[in-house]
Amino acid sequence: MSDIPVLAVKGLVAAYEAGLPIVNEASVHAGRGEIVALLGPNGAGKSTLIKAIAGLVPITGGAVRFDGKDITHMPAHLRIREGLAFAPQTENVFGSMSVDDNLRLAAGVLPHARRAGRIVAMYDAFPDLRRQRSLLAGRLSGGQRQMLAIARALLVEPRALLLDEPSAGLSPKFVEIVFAKLADIQATGVTIVLVEQNTRAALALADRAYVLVQGRNRHEGDARSLRDDPAIAALYLGGMETERAE
Amino acid sequence: MTPQVIVDGLMNGTLIGLGAVGVTLTYSILRFANFAHGEFITFGAYAALAISGILSTTVVGFGEGVGVVSISPALIVATPLAMALTAGLALALDRLLFARLRGKSEAISMVMASFGASMAIRAAIEFGFTSSPAYFSRELQIARPIGFGLKATPNQFALLIVAGGLLIGVHLLLSRTQIGRAMRAVSENPSLARAAGVDVEATIRFVWILGGALACAAGVMLGLLVQIRPFMGFDLLLPLFAAAILGGIGSVAGAFAGALVVGLGEALTVQLAGAEWRAAVAFLVLIAVLLIRPSGIAGRPA
Repeated sequence: MSDIPVLAVKGLVAAYEAGLPIVNEASVHAGRGEIVALLGPNGAGKSTLIKAIAGLVPITGGAVRFDGKDITHMPAHLRIREGLAFAPQTENVFGSMSVDDNLRLAAGVLPHARRAGRIVAMYDAFPDLRRQRSLLAGRLSGGQRQMLAIARALLVEPRALLLDEPSAGLSPKFVEIVFAKLADIQATGVTIVLVEQNTRAALALADRAYVLVQGRNRHEGDARSLRDDPAIAALYLGGMETERAE
Repeated sequence: MTPQVIVDGLMNGTLIGLGAVGVTLTYSILRFANFAHGEFITFGAYAALAISGILSTTVVGFGEGVGVVSISPALIVATPLAMALTAGLALALDRLLFARLRGKSEAISMVMASFGASMAIRAAIEFGFTSSPAYFSRELQIARPIGFGLKATPNQFALLIVAGGLLIGVHLLLSRTQIGRAMRAVSENPSLARAAGVDVEATIRFVWILGGALACAAGVMLGLLVQIRPFMGFDLLLPLFAAAILGGIGSVAGAFAGALVVGLGEALTVQLAGAEWRAAVAFLVLIAVLLIRPSGIAGRPA
């Protein structure tokens, strides 16, 4: 890991409505090839934070630097061209378009010559998607949709991948498959920042984690030490041993 | 009733289709019903009239019809230019009016703004060209047999081919090209489209360009088949919306289908009940769709 973080978020304030910040001076950094988890109770602002980093929620204070470049006020569609990709939690694919069209749309940010090759590469990495390439994405199962959302984000060969609750709504078996995929992606040198409710799985996967409460950092540290800290688990992580009831 | 209804209905349907596609695209991307779309049609027809008028007086022989078709080379050259001008009008209206309201106000404010724009553009056209009807050509066209016992004037035949070609072109654009995928993506989920790298503002501009250009084509077509007058587009608004809503608002393929139904319905009514009932057809179609299947042919039930 190099000294300059791939992603450096400092004192970020983000709000859907002026004067009502959901994220209030949160700071996060992630190095090359690192997996960083954003954890915390419901309403802590994790999801808003990751959307703000992706450029989808107005930022009213603080700064986001990507590979040393200030991208705080860069429009979302340009961030992906810089190599910062985002896969949202719900409505993460275009349901009225075929699987193939979802990938072709994403390939639009690449130069013409590279588009077809990258789509093939994604089908190689996600063989299930190749089998269902002409199916409408809205007809995919929840797990396959998540795979398509990740494939869409990875297609542009990003340096960092932002994921909002990749395990949401998935069966335990699919959570395992998705998280194994994330480990593979990390191995290629891509930085991953993910929001998770499934804290146990997230801490098992991540290198480091942040615990957010009321829109700001409450704890941070490497995943192992957070996992082994019973006080943090009991206070903020919503009963690590029982996992999520749903 | 004669099978001739089919020719009239198809003509009428493709014409309505050219306008309805613009209405449905604007609705699906910008989420409001644009009442000024009728004036894009009127503006397009007058722009083509003005440009072809200038061309036929400056270029010798440019004002005469070609062969059996009473469409002059001047008009053929003028139409693409008028399409570009109408696209420019749509872009300017968006910049001056709709972009300022976007995201800040309810859809109903946008609709009211478009209604105001509709009146303003219509009044300006009336001011510039008077309210008496104008014609691209005063030559009388005689319908000729085209087989299957059907007759069409050479103009009708030529226009049917051009308009059909334009509609197929739009379909291919939407289904096969990157800008088409971008339009579908923005219409389904603008925020995800941004995350996927789509420039939403550029896509919105493209929708105005496409809708304006097609509206102009509809205006020229209507001007050739009937006449050019300041209310021509406004009077077409009800059939346009009936077609778009029947097809499932937001669906381009649905708008084609809806336009054919409305167009054939109008032609049938003129034959069976008389021309005075024509305007009632779109209204009845609209009420029937809203009562029976509000989501339209291709729309998903809410």
